[in-house]
Amino acid sequence: MDSAALLLPQLFNGLSVASLYLLAAVGLALSFGLMRVINMAHGEMLMLGGYLAWLTLMVVPGGFGIIAALPVAFLGTAAIGALVHMGLIRRLADRPLDTLLATWGLSLILQQAARDLFGPIGVEVRAPDWLSGSFTLAGVVIPSARLLIIVMTILVLGGIAALLDRTRVGLDIRAVNQDRMMASATGINVRAVELIVFCVGSGVAGVAGVLLALLGPVTPNAGQVYIVPAFLVVVMGGLGSLTGTSVAALILGLFTALAQIFVDVSIAQMLMLVLVILFLQVRPQGVVAVRSRALDV
Amino acid sequence: MSGDLLSLDGVSSGYGQSRILWDVDFALPRGKATALIGRNGVGKTTLLSTIMGLRPALTGRILFDGKDITRLSTHQRARAGIAIVPQGRHVFPFLTVEENLLSGLAARRDGKKAIPDFIFDLFPKLAQIRHRKGGLLSGGEQQQLAIGRALAGDPRLLLLDEPTEGIQPNVVAQIEAALRHVRTEMGMTILVVEQYLDFAWRLADLYSAMQGGRIVRQGDTSSETADAVAHLVHI
Repeated sequence: MDSAALLLPQLFNGLSVASLYLLAAVGLALSFGLMRVINMAHGEMLMLGGYLAWLTLMVVPGGFGIIAALPVAFLGTAAIGALVHMGLIRRLADRPLDTLLATWGLSLILQQAARDLFGPIGVEVRAPDWLSGSFTLAGVVIPSARLLIIVMTILVLGGIAALLDRTRVGLDIRAVNQDRMMASATGINVRAVELIVFCVGSGVAGVAGVLLALLGPVTPNAGQVYIVPAFLVVVMGGLGSLTGTSVAALILGLFTALAQIFVDVSIAQMLMLVLVILFLQVRPQGVVAVRSRALDV
Repeated sequence: MSGDLLSLDGVSSGYGQSRILWDVDFALPRGKATALIGRNGVGKTTLLSTIMGLRPALTGRILFDGKDITRLSTHQRARAGIAIVPQGRHVFPFLTVEENLLSGLAARRDGKKAIPDFIFDLFPKLAQIRHRKGGLLSGGEQQQLAIGRALAGDPRLLLLDEPTEGIQPNVVAQIEAALRHVRTEMGMTILVVEQYLDFAWRLADLYSAMQGGRIVRQGDTSSETADAVAHLVHI
């Protein structure tokens, strides 16, 4: 098959990869934008989301178990995020390097715990029949699982945008993001807002973990594969901007998928790093320059 | 209960190793406006920050309405009824005027969800520009917004740090009228840090002068002229 015939399916693949990058990165971007915290254990929320999907399918084995797994994974990883925030992040406030090391340690602990609990090989989340097939649209074969990933990403992003734009909590989040001191002086409980953001970010990563499980086995280090691109997306997006994060995820997702037409996967990953380095040379502030930690939608 | 809404009892505060406030004893009578005056760097802003909880008190205690608030966090003090209009105004730059005012509701104890109408009566300009982003406003508009946001929380004590700084005269007059209104009509207690002494004397019932991190002189604005006090405390 020549390159041109591969282009459309790869574009579609790229969109689904971009979606996963985005879901993995959005929590990082939100918590970095708000707290200037780099959470090295964020990838493990993806991994936990995957295992939660597997556990949910044992309880709800039918065709819609995977749909049930989405809220389970969201709530489960959000709850774990709450523990991480209260037990670790909050106690290390204003100590970014310590936070980095502590969350890295947590990441190793969670990986080892998963290895001990579920075994080193990993578990398989079997996509239900309605998701394991594919259909043809305008001559392009579209795998249903990948379409679900894209649709879910749009829904999640829309949900976050609505949360930020239309709710009181969203207003509080934006106020804290723009001026933490003034937000507390207007009566906003800054720590509670941070906790909410951290939980939502972790929950979204858990949802990403469920979707990831549709594409391959869930292993103890499943999160590691996506966390590096997720960090790249956050940096390239402009550290904390939702629009920037989305654009950067699209660029990197499409780039790796299209590069794979010509080179193998590992070379494509390497080229992605080169692309990010070159991009930051030209535009060090990222896609969207965030002035005074603006969380624009 | 005493007639004081707020009292500081031997409060010290500072930044790292350097101490700015030294054993400050200070009280604000209920329903009165007090002007806090003094040269640059004597600790006026630090005193406001310490009352608001933005700086911890290193010694002493702070009583608000008879309750010890020394260990309360900033947002808890806001919800107890203290609001601040800080120097530089600190409006949320990417929130609209309306959203800035809504953010102020977080401090309310009655759970009201709408911006009180009287804020737009005091500052009609804010109603006209309600959909504009805070960061795009002029200095005078931002000052009105910052005061409106503080009032939205229904405070009992309003702290203002240099509300006339860099503001054109007609807006200064409007701010003065608004502050007079909330003090006389709503019984709000006001503490205003002000370099512009004419404004301070027109607005305030009492003055407190600071020097070197201490309150050195207090009195009635009606019995002493601004010039005489300024001369005594070397402003």
